[in-house]
Amino acid sequence: MRLLRLIGELALIFTLQSFATAAQSPEEKGLAIARQADRRDEGFGDLTADMLMILMNKHGQKSERQMRIRTLEVENDGDKSLTIFDTPRDVKGTAFLSFTHKVGDDDQWLYLPALKRVKRISSRNKSGSFMGSEFSYEDIASQEVEKYTYKWIRDETFLNIECFVLEQYPVDQKNSGYTKQVIWLDKAEYRVWKVEYFDRKNSHLKTLLATGYQKYRDKHWRPDEMFMVNHQTGKSTKLITSNYKFRTGLTDSDFNQNSLRRIR
Amino acid sequence: MRASAGGTTLLVVLSLLGAPSASVGHELSGYVSAEGRLFFNDPLYPGQARDSGSLAFQPEYYHEWEDGSGFLFVPFGRIDNADSERTHFDIRELNYLWPTENWELRAGIGKVFWGATEFVHLVDIINQTDLVENIDEEDKLGQPMVHFSAPRGWGVWDLFVLPYFRERTFPGRDGRLRHPLVVDTDHPIYDNDAEEYHLDFAARYSHTVGDLDFGIYHFMGTGREPTLLLGVDSKGRPALIPYYKQINQTGLDLQYVMGQWLLKLESLYRTGQGDGFFASVGGFEYTFVGLADTYMDLGLIGEYAFDERGDDATTIYEDDVMLGFRLALNDPQSTELLAGVIQDLGSSTRAVSIEASRRIGSHWKLFLQAWGFFDPPPDELLYNIRDDDFIRIELAYYF
Repeated sequence: MRLLRLIGELALIFTLQSFATAAQSPEEKGLAIARQADRRDEGFGDLTADMLMILMNKHGQKSERQMRIRTLEVENDGDKSLTIFDTPRDVKGTAFLSFTHKVGDDDQWLYLPALKRVKRISSRNKSGSFMGSEFSYEDIASQEVEKYTYKWIRDETFLNIECFVLEQYPVDQKNSGYTKQVIWLDKAEYRVWKVEYFDRKNSHLKTLLATGYQKYRDKHWRPDEMFMVNHQTGKSTKLITSNYKFRTGLTDSDFNQNSLRRIR
Repeated sequence: MRASAGGTTLLVVLSLLGAPSASVGHELSGYVSAEGRLFFNDPLYPGQARDSGSLAFQPEYYHEWEDGSGFLFVPFGRIDNADSERTHFDIRELNYLWPTENWELRAGIGKVFWGATEFVHLVDIINQTDLVENIDEEDKLGQPMVHFSAPRGWGVWDLFVLPYFRERTFPGRDGRLRHPLVVDTDHPIYDNDAEEYHLDFAARYSHTVGDLDFGIYHFMGTGREPTLLLGVDSKGRPALIPYYKQINQTGLDLQYVMGQWLLKLESLYRTGQGDGFFASVGGFEYTFVGLADTYMDLGLIGEYAFDERGDDATTIYEDDVMLGFRLALNDPQSTELLAGVIQDLGSSTRAVSIEASRRIGSHWKLFLQAWGFFDPPPDELLYNIRDDDFIRIELAYYF
């Protein structure tokens, strides 16, 4: 009896799945995957981490930046995040505050410690380089589902991992530096392993590789290392993140202009 | 030392707050720098040295306790080979911060900036200008204060009690970039009998509403900008005597984002220093990102400054247009260039300013600054420094 019921259930699931797949357009499937990836990371609350950014030019010359990040999950809107620079020493104490929004422009401020000045900046400059690195402001911004439209392209095994391959197209086409991004997400945990970025002329500009995924609080996967290479200039940036801490008790009051002025 | 009043306040507050909880960390950072200022022309006034070289240091010590409270100490000193007034020492910051969930208190010597525009910092008033440092007036002296701040969902309230006044610094007899007569900073005149011990107050409300950031404040106390009176110094020589009046000043600053445009405005109304007057500066910044398929950003800046006092204004910005650009290469050395021209609309007066900086390795930074002053007629403030066009080169080591 039990076996029979199991077979019946399996058959039903199989039918439903193939029905769903058949009815889904590649766009719908892409969106469903993006939503699933987003849902799986919901409820992280807040997090802090230390980052080391290593900039490399095509001759292999390196320069480093150290920073700390603080992120707050906001219900029904994009995350709030604060990035504090520790090195190079001349920019120590410089901080970048960003309120991501699911729809419309983000809000961004820059704190300049020498003058004690908080400067509002335009978030339309999303294609600009973040601290001279190969990461642009839109690459490091919180990735909200609503900021892109999607299309599932194919399934593929990447580095022995079963992956979905999606294309995502920025909603804000006018200000994004990209026409599209091609993303490799694994089917098991919906983690991003690789992203190819295509510039406004639709030529392959950059590739991002994420490695060293670790699971935090039984749910939230984060990579230890992200490597971005620019194919057009030969420059690259390695972003090493350590000391991830979730649910540290951050609140809205840690993400306002007063908190910028308090920063050390 | 002139900052002693602030030190006492700090100690009182520290003892009131009781012993801080367990410490979580402390840190020493800062910079030392060497600077040369080269002038294009011979000096105009007797006593002035032509060029100058100097050394400066600004270490920064920070200590934080487990409850988030912190102690900050930032002394500053400069030794200048030409101008004894430019050789000076100051405590930029020496304060204790006590943050709670709903408000925070900072007591001691501190620094606060209010403002939005790039060329002129009109409404910034809490800290006195350390004018001998740089004519761009961006260097400030440490201000003794008790600063209470309460951020709310509907805006931030800041209240300041300022128990001690700092006099503006001015170049001495040997220094360039000064009036024909030396400003006698040893014998200032005050409106109020309490002189530098007059208790000043300021209150400010600021908020962010969508794309708009704004702040509005009222200040009552000793005006930071002196009126310079003709007099004699202690040796009987003619000199300019700074006269500090009691003023009331209401100020407004706002920044508004409109796509790639940033719109900025600063306005003030001041009473107590002659007739009540209105002054304002406003303008825009527009940024081109990724210039010519590179990582370079180019920001265009346009501003206009107006002062109701006209030619009687104590600043050079009374009816002036400022145009400039900021070029950021976004390279690993963070190379930046800021250039601007200030044109007086009522006369032929024009000033040109260029600032550039570039990191060398990971600890050194090179700064270049140049100012040129063109065609000021004798009734303009800039006429005094018409032959003081200069280049400043500074090499700093950050630790």
